[in-house]
Amino acid sequence: MCTYQTNKVALRGSAKARLGWMKVTDATIYFDHPVHFGAGHALMIDVTDPTKGPDARLALELDPTSARDLAESILRTLEQVPSELLAEFT
Amino acid sequence: MTHNLVADTISIIGHGGDEIEAYLAQPTDVDRVGSIVVIHHMPGYDDATKEICRDFAAHGYNALMPNLYSREAPGASPDDAAAVVRANGGVPDERLVGDVDAAMRHLKSLPHANGRVASIGYCSGGRQSFLAGCRLDLDAVIDCYGAFVTLDAPADMPFKFKAIVGETPNLSAPLLGLFGADDKNPTPDQVGVLERALTDAGKEFEFHSYEGAGHAFFWVGRPSYRPETAVEAWAVIYEFLGRTLA
Repeated sequence: MCTYQTNKVALRGSAKARLGWMKVTDATIYFDHPVHFGAGHALMIDVTDPTKGPDARLALELDPTSARDLAESILRTLEQVPSELLAEFT
Repeated sequence: MTHNLVADTISIIGHGGDEIEAYLAQPTDVDRVGSIVVIHHMPGYDDATKEICRDFAAHGYNALMPNLYSREAPGASPDDAAAVVRANGGVPDERLVGDVDAAMRHLKSLPHANGRVASIGYCSGGRQSFLAGCRLDLDAVIDCYGAFVTLDAPADMPFKFKAIVGETPNLSAPLLGLFGADDKNPTPDQVGVLERALTDAGKEFEFHSYEGAGHAFFWVGRPSYRPETAVEAWAVIYEFLGRTLA
């Protein structure tokens, strides 16, 4: 099936993509047909700066377990950060 | 018979007077032939769908595929363009109809055209092909596993697709529907809803639901591809076009 299931989130950060390092402002997260990964469906993440054009995009296509492991690892890493280091972002 | 063909990227004037990219494949060893507008799938104006255009030409039909993502992502790779359009909520229905209308008019203007035009679409294009058939004067319509024909897209999605089954009484041409029995979008039940609407409206249609196939069974080179189903369904398509575009 083509799920069309799509979520969006605003970001602040940088990513390295085809054009080199770039500021990123948006992410689209969806579970649908991948372009490259060899599975019928995948968890896909596009991290982008829409003001810089369509190819200002870092794309990930992940199997569901990998996506969950990645998400949990991100949260675990953030929980391990000393609170004083997060003060910069408050 | 396999025809000789030429294929090229051209520009056409689409909805709202916008210049958009399109891919045209034409048989070269024919007199008068039917034509088909090819509506690409959600992943975009890609190599797989260009190959479909060339296959139509090899079978003796002019085929034209408008790049529905031309405006958002001119010159971008198909996957980058599809990512932009997905984030923006898809192609608006009115614009889609305008672009298919432009493609249809271009096909009718070709020197070897017999004046008869079909539309075919895959995935999101399946819904769009049906929509075009309800709003334009076509001679044949083919819907390959189009979703959101009989129900709206969920409100929490960026996509604004609305059910279009209510437009069935306006369908202008015979409809061929090709579906996978294992597909979840559209489900066989949703296909059944469309079937009943067509029957109630007294429309000519032919539906095939293939066991062992899900969504995107025509998509060569991807895990969803089902070679036996695709070969069988291609034969159905060419029989249908032979009957409707002659």
